[in-house]
Amino acid sequence: MQAYLVLVRRELGAYFVSITGYLLVSMVLFLVGLSFVDILGKLNVEPTDAPITEQFFVTVYFWMILLLTAPVMTMRTFAFERSAGTYEALMTSPVNDWQVVLAKFTGSQLVYLIAWLPLAFYLVVVSQFSNDASILNIRTLASTFGGLLLIGSVFISMGCLASALARSQVIAAVVTYGLGLGLFLLSLRSLMETPAEGWTGDLLQYVSMTEHMEAFARGAMDTRPMVLYASLTVFFLFLTTRIVEFRRWK
Amino acid sequence: MIEVIGLRKEYPGCPAVGDVSFTVPAGGIVGLLGPNGAGKSTILKILSGYMPGTHGTVRVAGFDVFHQSAEVRKRIGYMPENNPLHLDMRVKDYLTFRARLKGMGAREIRDRVAAVLDQCDLIGVDRRVIGQLSKGYRQRVGLADALVAKPELILLDEPTIGLDPNQIRSVRELILSLGCNYTVLLSTHILSEVEITCSHVIILNQGKVLASGTKQNLLDGLGGGKEIHVELAAPESALREILATIEGLEHFDLKPVGEGYLGCVLKVRPGFDLRPVLFEMARERGWVLRELTQVRQTLEDAFVRVIRDHSQDQS
Repeated sequence: MQAYLVLVRRELGAYFVSITGYLLVSMVLFLVGLSFVDILGKLNVEPTDAPITEQFFVTVYFWMILLLTAPVMTMRTFAFERSAGTYEALMTSPVNDWQVVLAKFTGSQLVYLIAWLPLAFYLVVVSQFSNDASILNIRTLASTFGGLLLIGSVFISMGCLASALARSQVIAAVVTYGLGLGLFLLSLRSLMETPAEGWTGDLLQYVSMTEHMEAFARGAMDTRPMVLYASLTVFFLFLTTRIVEFRRWK
Repeated sequence: MIEVIGLRKEYPGCPAVGDVSFTVPAGGIVGLLGPNGAGKSTILKILSGYMPGTHGTVRVAGFDVFHQSAEVRKRIGYMPENNPLHLDMRVKDYLTFRARLKGMGAREIRDRVAAVLDQCDLIGVDRRVIGQLSKGYRQRVGLADALVAKPELILLDEPTIGLDPNQIRSVRELILSLGCNYTVLLSTHILSEVEITCSHVIILNQGKVLASGTKQNLLDGLGGGKEIHVELAAPESALREILATIEGLEHFDLKPVGEGYLGCVLKVRPGFDLRPVLFEMARERGWVLRELTQVRQTLEDAFVRVIRDHSQDQS
């Protein structure tokens, strides 16, 4: 446990000692800011009964943030350590492979959550200027951040896997982006005017991140997407651990 | 401390280590000596648990590096080639981080970090960022990292590579001081380094152990002995006759060096000192002796000879 906590701390330090962490937070702040302006503009033109969180998640900015942050955050986890040579020092320390993988995942996940924190501030600001108290409640806020955490976990675990596989950080980032974009496009497929019939339609709807995120943003805490995202995260982390073990013992 | 039996390591299409066996006793500094590409770094990577061998058994402190890798990693301090460090961290923070990672307690960490900072002469730079340090200081940080958890075995891969002569000297002195308290396996291709720091030597070439033992045993076993260079004015035939009768003389070469002098290179068996005998021989016969020099064979001579013989055998 000590090794895991030490490595998580080191991961956080690595993000915020270098410019990477600040760039990430700035990028997310900028895009969240743009979406905030966008939502305010729309609300001025056409009032709506939908929760403010749901308004945010139908903008393109949210998915841009999700698709861009995960590759940038996770590309350095393994690929950078290997190129810098510090991976050898790390893997010859008395730590388990799963501790290393889990610490790198947790570190990235925490940075991801830190980057999203300003969103809560924006939501509070909007609710302060609204007469309708139901526009934002704790349940909606919790389910929104729960959804963010779960979908982010999938993207980050995918990024860790790509970084463990790739020799170069750039390749790791491109692979993560490609995988994320693939999942996103699969989600869009279920929103098409003529959805697929039969089991393919059901499957597409079951894996549709856009629908799930909208539901989370409405305050609907459905266990099915929760199980899906938790399973996918565990699956990708398991694969990452196997890759790390394979690299050690090949 | 280290037991390597029949170790082989093959990279795809390229054997890196071929059937290597050696043992390293506890205590002292052992040099793993060999030219570039001899398999030194690969052996150190296997010993440190970074990668497995393809065949064979490797034990460190009685633990198998493959099956009991975690136990082995608890007992070693490893400084890889090129000394990779987190350049964004401060020296003291880095050592504290490494000590924590190695499972040390808070109080122990404070004491050990202070001790290794002192031992490695890093006190004045402990708050500096590692990326801003000179190469010599970075090597010291790498050594301090290897030392911080009081390991039973320290593995150092080319610790003085890329340093200037002053830095090399200070890092060597530091390594030399470790020999009293730790078992150190030092991989290098620099002969003078081994000559100065190591008590035992293992010579590797093309993934095979060509010789191993103490420095003196190695020189003796390789026919090291001594050479005596003599220049004297004497009739060649008479000199040849007398030299052939001298006990302890293994081999000699004679050639004229001008002005009526003969130059002799005498190969002496270990345990004999023929300088008084040669002096008496010249004095009794009235031969003018203008040079009598004993040249000790160095490890470099032995190394070059072993590598050359091995290469000739291969070809």
